[in-house]
Amino acid sequence: METNINTFEQLKKECIERGKEIYEVAQENMAINSDLKVEQVRAHANRSLFAMKEAIQVGLVSKELSMSGMCGQDCHRIQERFKEQPALFGGTFEKILKYALATSEENIRMGRIVACPTAGSCGILPAAMLSVAEDCDCSIEAQLNALITAGEIGRIVAAKVALAGAVAGCQAECGVASSMAAAAVCQLRGGSINQILNASALALKNILGLTCDPVAGLVEVPCVKRNPFLAVHAITAVELALAGVESKIPFDEVVDAMEQTGAMMSPTLKESSQAGLATTKTGLEVQKRVFG
Amino acid sequence: MKKTTLYDVIAPVMIGPSSSHTAGAVRLGLLARNIYKNTPKKVIFKLYNSYAHTGKGHGTEKGLLAGVLGLKVDDRQIKDIFNSDIAKTLEYKFEYCDNFKYHPNAVDMTFIGDNSKMFISGESVGAGEIAIRKINDFTVKLTGKYNTVLIVYKDMPGMLSQVTSTMQYHNINIASLFCDRNAKGKQASMVISVDGELTPDIISTIEEIPNVYFVSYIEKLEN
Repeated sequence: METNINTFEQLKKECIERGKEIYEVAQENMAINSDLKVEQVRAHANRSLFAMKEAIQVGLVSKELSMSGMCGQDCHRIQERFKEQPALFGGTFEKILKYALATSEENIRMGRIVACPTAGSCGILPAAMLSVAEDCDCSIEAQLNALITAGEIGRIVAAKVALAGAVAGCQAECGVASSMAAAAVCQLRGGSINQILNASALALKNILGLTCDPVAGLVEVPCVKRNPFLAVHAITAVELALAGVESKIPFDEVVDAMEQTGAMMSPTLKESSQAGLATTKTGLEVQKRVFG
Repeated sequence: MKKTTLYDVIAPVMIGPSSSHTAGAVRLGLLARNIYKNTPKKVIFKLYNSYAHTGKGHGTEKGLLAGVLGLKVDDRQIKDIFNSDIAKTLEYKFEYCDNFKYHPNAVDMTFIGDNSKMFISGESVGAGEIAIRKINDFTVKLTGKYNTVLIVYKDMPGMLSQVTSTMQYHNINIASLFCDRNAKGKQASMVISVDGELTPDIISTIEEIPNVYFVSYIEKLEN
């Protein structure tokens, strides 16, 4: 039994050899490596799951602006709009957008969220996973399985690339969050190990190169609105993977490509706010207004 | 090699908006508090680079202060910490500066008590992970992930083996070990992270080793 898994190839092999699903291997290894019981690992995940739901509930009803005043009311706007005119793609789609905005707006007003994998990308996984879980009547245990599956995906990516905009751009934050969300939703929808890994690989592959150029250095523009975009992005990957569509580039190699792209990305586009959206005419005006 | 666990990617539950600038700041304050042990009278925070420039928009100052006051990363009091009653128990000051030799998210904390002063320097290395790099004159590396003991002693042969054999005797496994000295034959420091806990009797056994000047047991952070 291998408890030190650092690639998706190893993970797949281990799942097959143990005859277990991704979340089972993940929670067993976590328990062994940290001197915990599997139930304790799941209890910790449950704490995150609960906090995700709480953040959504609080975020849905708040209209408080962020410290800069740039963000904080888009979730309210979209709810008002859906009351008058439902979204084209149905109720689950509406929930995904609402939940992603609710969570990421809670984040920027110093509310309580779950970094998943980071604070700036905190709305992506909860929005995709919990919208689907609610509308497909998934049990708490099934939601925990999905969350732990997602965690294992993020953990293995992080074994190669630090999940920080300053290291590899937003592909390593919102991109990885979307990849994790795809794994969670695919798990909820009964996807096989192969389908889960393909869903995750497809989601990550299609966001490679995403820069981190936040206006005034704040986790607000474009971060908040990027959350609903990338939550929906994850669902696209899941639908493709469940249909048997495969990533032609194996997941481990997609991660290698992300690492290389991140290393080659100009430091001005990696959380330093020295280029891109941050240095547009309006971006600089905002910076001056906020920080003087 | 860095070891990311499942918990690092589906947690922590934290107050936003930034894992490095908010949660990381709280954890730096908390770990510094664990190092200093007592509640100080005054703390001077010196923020560097990105912490200095964008800290205000991320609640970095609030996070640092909240941590020093013992609040956890998910405590809703962080948001209004400057107006809270617990913040009135402490004198604090923030300074800002640029220094390219420092990490982009670095902070120096000077803890001032009645008869003591301690300098602690740390950085927020990303995704809420932190590292304390300096305590007074000694280079250290503390991440808050393990229970850790800091030992200051006379630089001479055999000190390391005396400490490690004490741990071996108590069946304590060492996760990492870091040594430094300010000059040959002068003061030296070792920072030993362990699996599990060190009980008070193990700490006092180490304190009784000849030529050990100072021992501090630094408990790991909860999340």
